[in-house]
Amino acid sequence: MINQIGAYSLYICLFASVYLIFKSYISSKNFDKKIDQTFFATLSVQLFMTILSFFTLVFAFVFSDFSNITVFNNSHTLKPLFYKISGTWGNHEGSLLLWLLVLTFFLFIFFVTSKKMNARYRILTILFQEIIILGFLLFILFTSNPFLNILPIPDEGLGLNPILQDPALAIHPPLLYVGYVGTSIIFSASLAALITKTVDNVWASHIKNWILVSWVFLSVGILLGSIWAYYELGWGGFWFWDPVENVSLMPWFCLTALLHSIIVLKNRNIFHSWTVILSITTFSLSMSGTFLVRSGILNSIHTFANDPSRGVFILTFLLFLVLLAIFIFFFNQKNFPDTHQRSFLVSRETSILINNWFMMFFLSVVLVGTAYPIFLEVVNDAKISVGPPFYHKLIVPFLIPFLFFMALGPNIKWIKDKIKKLNISQIIFLILSFLISFFIVFNTNTNYLFSTLLFTFSFYLFFKVINSFQKKNSNLSQKVSHLGFSIFMLSILLNGILSKENSANMKVGDEINFLNKKLIFENVKVESDTNFKKLIGEFKLKDNEKIIHFRPEIRVYSQPETITSEADISSTLFSDDFLVFSLIKNDGFFNVRYQHKPLMIWIWISVLLMSLGGVLSFFKLNEK
Amino acid sequence: MKNNKIFYFVVILIVAIFFVLLLGLKEEKNYSPQSNLKKLNNSILLKELYSGKNIFLNDLLLENELNLINIWASWCSPCKAEHPYLINLNERSDLNLIGINYKDNLDNSKKFLSDLGNPYDEVLVDSDGTKSIELGAIGVPETYLINNENKIIKKFIGPLDQDDYEDIISLIKK
Repeated sequence: MINQIGAYSLYICLFASVYLIFKSYISSKNFDKKIDQTFFATLSVQLFMTILSFFTLVFAFVFSDFSNITVFNNSHTLKPLFYKISGTWGNHEGSLLLWLLVLTFFLFIFFVTSKKMNARYRILTILFQEIIILGFLLFILFTSNPFLNILPIPDEGLGLNPILQDPALAIHPPLLYVGYVGTSIIFSASLAALITKTVDNVWASHIKNWILVSWVFLSVGILLGSIWAYYELGWGGFWFWDPVENVSLMPWFCLTALLHSIIVLKNRNIFHSWTVILSITTFSLSMSGTFLVRSGILNSIHTFANDPSRGVFILTFLLFLVLLAIFIFFFNQKNFPDTHQRSFLVSRETSILINNWFMMFFLSVVLVGTAYPIFLEVVNDAKISVGPPFYHKLIVPFLIPFLFFMALGPNIKWIKDKIKKLNISQIIFLILSFLISFFIVFNTNTNYLFSTLLFTFSFYLFFKVINSFQKKNSNLSQKVSHLGFSIFMLSILLNGILSKENSANMKVGDEINFLNKKLIFENVKVESDTNFKKLIGEFKLKDNEKIIHFRPEIRVYSQPETITSEADISSTLFSDDFLVFSLIKNDGFFNVRYQHKPLMIWIWISVLLMSLGGVLSFFKLNEK
Repeated sequence: MKNNKIFYFVVILIVAIFFVLLLGLKEEKNYSPQSNLKKLNNSILLKELYSGKNIFLNDLLLENELNLINIWASWCSPCKAEHPYLINLNERSDLNLIGINYKDNLDNSKKFLSDLGNPYDEVLVDSDGTKSIELGAIGVPETYLINNENKIIKKFIGPLDQDDYEDIISLIKK
């Protein structure tokens, strides 16, 4: 029964979508000045039906309705309620339904909040957005329908992959999707603005809100994924340059560039075509991300479903959208206003342009690293692998000038500025940064020149931003975000050079000494939880006066049968102590790995600070 | 006129990318003996774990047996999970097992082998991980099955499981 409700509401959505496409196409041809009431009504029906169908699936998961094949494949009666709910989007079919929900919800919000804008622009945005919605609806209904029945009805489900049963991972996909899908509004709106010749500063301040929303959600979504990898995968790292991680990073670079260039468009009314290109690219990258993850073309731990027919569908749909966007872009290029604004070398515009160049460079590096192996395999049948060294070697050196320009940029005036004579305070900052960096690098065994320079410019940016908080008139959100970035750089660098680790095989009662620390393995307990058994190790670490207790776990899940290691992490503001233990074959012995990771928590805090900057900017904009 | 050229260029580029990705979808994800095989790079030089002697990987490959190269590390928990399969594979006389120890502490890796048993006929050390990347590894563990012409006939990404194990056994029998 409940399956039918879900499926039928999706069909109603499909009709609404087809109707809206025709309706908006006709209205846009007729240059209607006013917007027909039917738009609001149809959009509301569509939103309601999507919500209904999504909650039908949630209910099926909550009440373990195994007549639904998606629930059967991904749930189990013994799962805690929270993970039953998050199981809804922890699989391919359900996550697409969530995509659709966010798509329709965002379009509705866009329609309600854009009343001040030109009617034809709004109608065209609905047209493009409905094309995207229609594509996803067809994709869901014909290749990944979440409401298929299974007969006879099984008594028990197959269970959710235990590694995905985690609070951070339960909310990571929804946040990431809000970010991804937000870019679809930017895409549709920029195409609509292009046709209606309204790519200007008014449009920029209107669309900037959507860019900020997508950017904040994408940033926090990536952050949560990274936190999850840190404590669940048990390797003690937070970024592995895994293809699927890269796929979320690419739209982020593009969106960050867009976030900066839209400010130029808003304030100076230049960069029209560049901003539109970035809008189109950002969305295309989000879609390609979905394609790469869902088609199974990448070999990765994240790959959900290996079904080539799905891949062909998304790829064809993506090609259609990109070609549509390119046709519209080239045929309406003359619509860009002719603003013969003079531009000068030393100006805020230039500094933002420099930011965009760097973003495009980082984007290209990640794009090449992710896509090139696929291309090479097709063209040449050779398998190559691109690992962290590739990204580090290409990205890290360019961070030095990037940090430098980031420190200078925000202080340069719009239109034209002069390079002032050497300013004493600047020199003091630079020398101070250099001395601190040299002191830090000198005490560790790292590459002197390189690390010192990186540290110097990270500190320089940090001091400059702190100093800029004293000035009144400038932009608080920008300062908070840039402060976040400088702390991000510093904590990653310090974490990289000061981390220590030790690994040993131990049995209960063993003691080991290393780096002036003593680790004691006190006890192992066995406990049962609702859907798994766990071994809890009790460890004591003596570090001079300080004693830390660790209780890492080894979990044995019954459905499906899997063993996972849960690290125990003791976090303070200064460092994380990370302990994980795992089973080995010899009786009574466990492999114990201890890691000391300084400033780990600051990596998370700094990304939150960057996002907070976005949030501040969003609310400040709405006040005006 | 200039814009037209850019337009055609972009469209052609995107359509080309589309077709490459479309072909990519059809690609078999594992190497199968029928397809064009990739020959192993013959200049990979590694140190032996216990003696520290430099050895070319190619010199260890036997001509009348199948060779299995397994990339592992003591810090990698999936490697422990696949270890029993390697131990079982080692009992077969018609398979030459070579371990490559990836970015590891030598004492830890020796301890790993003494505690869990050493399934390898030879163990080589890749302390900075670069040689494994030359081999085409994405991470640890990774396993390659190599035939008597030094060609990779099958590649296993991630820990070996029962299916992979049976797969290897059936390939040995062929």
